[in-house]
Amino acid sequence: MSRHRIVRTMDYNDEYDGYDDVYGHSVDDDHCISPTDAQQWLYDRERGRQSISAFISKNKDIKEEGEHDEDDEDEAYEKARRDSESFQMPELDEMEQAKLSSCVDEVRSVVGDAVSERRIVETSMKFDYDIQKILDEILNEETKKSDKPALRPKVPVPIAATIVKSASKPTPPAKISLKEPRRGFEIASPKLPSSPVVSGRNTPVDVGGDNDLSRTAASVFKVSKDQAQRNAQQLYEKERSDQKSHIHMIVIGHVDAGKSTLMGHLLYDTGNVSQRVMHKHEQESKKLGKQSFMYAWVLDETGEERARGITMDVGQSRIETKTKIVTLLDAPGHKDFIPNMISGATQADVALLVVDSTRGEFESGFELGGQTREHAILVRSLGVNQLGVVINKLDTVGWSQERFTEIVTKLKSFLKQAGFKESDVSFTPCSGLTGENLTKKAQEAALTSWYSGRPLLDVIENFKIPERALDRPLRMSVSDIYKGTGSGFCISGRVETGVMCVNDKVLVGASREQAQVKSLTMDEFPQTSVFAGDQISVTLAGVDINNITVGCIISDPQTPIPVTTRFQARIIVFSVKVPITMGFPVLLHHQSLIEPAVVCKLTASIHKSTGEVVKKKPRCLGSNSCALVELETSRPICIERYADFKELGRVMLRVAGVTIAAGMVTKIR
Amino acid sequence: MKLLGKYVDKGMQGNVTLMPEESEDMWHAYNLIAEGDSVRSTTIRKVQNETATGSSTSSRVRTTLTIAVETIDFDTQACVLRLKGRNIEENPYVKMGAYHTLDLELNRKFELRKPEWDTIALERIEMACDPTQSADVAAVVMQEGLAHVCLITASMTLVRSKIEVSIPRKRKGSVQQHEKGLAKFYEQVMQSILRHVNFDVVKCVLIASPGFVRDQFHDYMFQQAVKMDNKLLLDNKSKFMLVHASSGFKHSLKEVLQDPAVVAKMSDTKAAGEVKALEQFYMMLQCEPAKAFYGKKHVLRAAESQAIEMLLISDNLFRCQDVNLRKEYVTLVESVRDAGGEVKIFSSMHISGEQLAQLTGVAALLRFPMPELEDSDDDDDEDGAAGGDDSDSD
Repeated sequence: MSRHRIVRTMDYNDEYDGYDDVYGHSVDDDHCISPTDAQQWLYDRERGRQSISAFISKNKDIKEEGEHDEDDEDEAYEKARRDSESFQMPELDEMEQAKLSSCVDEVRSVVGDAVSERRIVETSMKFDYDIQKILDEILNEETKKSDKPALRPKVPVPIAATIVKSASKPTPPAKISLKEPRRGFEIASPKLPSSPVVSGRNTPVDVGGDNDLSRTAASVFKVSKDQAQRNAQQLYEKERSDQKSHIHMIVIGHVDAGKSTLMGHLLYDTGNVSQRVMHKHEQESKKLGKQSFMYAWVLDETGEERARGITMDVGQSRIETKTKIVTLLDAPGHKDFIPNMISGATQADVALLVVDSTRGEFESGFELGGQTREHAILVRSLGVNQLGVVINKLDTVGWSQERFTEIVTKLKSFLKQAGFKESDVSFTPCSGLTGENLTKKAQEAALTSWYSGRPLLDVIENFKIPERALDRPLRMSVSDIYKGTGSGFCISGRVETGVMCVNDKVLVGASREQAQVKSLTMDEFPQTSVFAGDQISVTLAGVDINNITVGCIISDPQTPIPVTTRFQARIIVFSVKVPITMGFPVLLHHQSLIEPAVVCKLTASIHKSTGEVVKKKPRCLGSNSCALVELETSRPICIERYADFKELGRVMLRVAGVTIAAGMVTKIR
Repeated sequence: MKLLGKYVDKGMQGNVTLMPEESEDMWHAYNLIAEGDSVRSTTIRKVQNETATGSSTSSRVRTTLTIAVETIDFDTQACVLRLKGRNIEENPYVKMGAYHTLDLELNRKFELRKPEWDTIALERIEMACDPTQSADVAAVVMQEGLAHVCLITASMTLVRSKIEVSIPRKRKGSVQQHEKGLAKFYEQVMQSILRHVNFDVVKCVLIASPGFVRDQFHDYMFQQAVKMDNKLLLDNKSKFMLVHASSGFKHSLKEVLQDPAVVAKMSDTKAAGEVKALEQFYMMLQCEPAKAFYGKKHVLRAAESQAIEMLLISDNLFRCQDVNLRKEYVTLVESVRDAGGEVKIFSSMHISGEQLAQLTGVAALLRFPMPELEDSDDDDDEDGAAGGDDSDSD
């Protein structure tokens, strides 16, 4: 009859009321039993019996079959693992017990969790609780262990000089005296900011401390064996040999030079934007009466940007050429958004300078105060040395060759001054709106009559791929934090040096919090490992979102990045309205980080080309001078010396919306 | 501040009775009172009485105490001045020599006695009692993801709140996150304005930012105000002023105060005047470096030859504990005035004052170039640097 029941109007709550209670369980089952009750009433099979693990620990040398052919590194590792899992304290009288436990605590505070408890206890008993000796013994053992891989012939022939350095650099000799309490972890240091998630797991921030010391101290961070001895070059070849090489290109130029339009059109012509989307943009831009912006809308996505018709933040997209995957970074040209442009330029390998060839427009962008100049100088100071110059909107001057050569000669002399090599700079005439000379060779008769060079896409194709520092320790700069599609939050940025794999342990930012890599994505595709030069987003676990800020650096736990508030830099002062003196407040740009800083000391002014000290402690620094200065930030920041990490040793100083100086970090306090 | 009585004899000894009326007066009092002065004020003291049987009772008594000041604490945020010292006048409740901490209160008079009054201190009283000086302005400097809500009074710039929100960048296909983050940020800034800005006192609210952030925020705020029917904001709409600034950090307030539109509206307040004077100094340093000097040693040498046209000096130099050092600076100021020069005493609570304090605390514009000063510093520039460091640590 159930067919005839009116199911639609049935009240399910009533029907199923009490359903749960009917089936067999008693009231008592809802409460869990307390341990004391359990002890009283339940039979514990394990009680009174000797645990098997205790038996094993006493006979620690039982050999298993088939272990002989393993190399001893693995064996030692296996043993350590087995030991730590099933270790029981030896039986001692009370006095000894107390001595032992205090001794273990002491040792733990120095070496951290890296050494098994069993090993500490054994050594302590061996040396009769003399902490000095125990530490020496344990740490020497550790050093030996970590030296081993370097000696093994398995390491391939080093490719660059850097690999020799990183592989054969011995761990500093382990000598510890108890007079150095700073070496260990001050775990409960209350001054440190820590997120609630991982409270108590922070390392001390070694502000202004001795770098070598902090490095050795932090190297006790536990990382998986895999992570510790990974071969970056091999991994890279394995993962990426079948792929096209990546390159990041930033598009710069004066406001309204047509950067976004040029890129939008290029994306459309290479088939990265569908016909349908383009049609939509065309219709919508028409509605607003700004049809010329239809290509720019491909990259300018926010409502504000579209309404105002200018780019505000760096837009990102990618195209594939025959041999390369190019990530396009479309920088804003407006003066007020130069901070955004800087953070984009720090991620770029090469740059495309777009110049408006319309009469008057080029001049206003190029004269003092125009962004053509400032952008070019900025990207050069940020380490970009290949530049493609695009002479845009040449259709507005009737593809005139005179205009082209006029602009080229002006730019050439300027770019030479800015420090670009002539061979690394190319000039291409084109029109972003009509799409002339973008992907295909020029068709326009007025242009072909005097121009027979390459179209823009070929220029991009011809950029050389810079050397990637795969063998250095991991450094990644954070440029954005956002909520991902899945759980947790995503951090996007660029891997400056080294390799990162899923499940790696990493240190985050100036607080040096430890986190684990949960997943890696590059251009929306999940990856298992990413390499220097990649633009990625990563999901981290074990760190609070509030403790990560844009601009902080993610680094390798074994060689963490130095953290400081005061450092010395060699700066080149651009043309400034007022001279730089002591106490000058500036904005420090370092990667994506913007931090207020103060020039706290003018150490010496230096001759620009020879590097000789011209004057010690100058009173002020005028335009176009070069000097050694000390900078102090209010908050600790992660920074590297230029000599160690080129990518992370560059800084920019800006005041009141003007870039006043570019510098390289020479010394970290 | 109200001056209720002033008895200073020819030997510059004497006492002054003052009544602070607003929180800013505490800052003036902080600058007036030095260690070793004696302050007499009404206060509450917990007194313990022991009866004959040995049981003790404690009661709180309001009494008037005179203490010789030993330590001075100033809380910049709450504007509270706390003076600690020994009792030096007989009192039925407190023994001689017993320690007491005086909290100076608004609208309660206190009497300050100094062993020696100097011109700087007397001037400070005059300035504090001048009612025309008070011009309160609120300023919000912001950029995407960062905002400072500040109150600018005649001699102080107080950062009332700092808002830092990480806003996701625009990325392919998900502009919503960026826009949501932005709206959240604006909401926080607006709430902080409502909480910290007292529209009865504040003459105008400056909103400064690079790009279009200020316009966006202004639109957002008044849209919300209309939605929520917030009378307070709608009534005061005319007080808001949009100004350009290069960033959302605190020191871009300097640019804001230099903006011609702001200068016109704020007339000639101390904050704007200080920024202008410091700018003048830097311009001179750029154009004619031989006519602009900083550092105690150089400035003293320039003062000796009566070359100083304008002296810029930070008030933290007068707060130093070393009496002789203070005297040195006082004589410097007096000698410049005697020679017909202008003296600008910067408040170290303003942005420009902060910068001057970093720049050794004292700088001078000269009447005529003195290149010999610059050349002379090579042989003994260690002294100059040491002098600068001293003032930094104060």
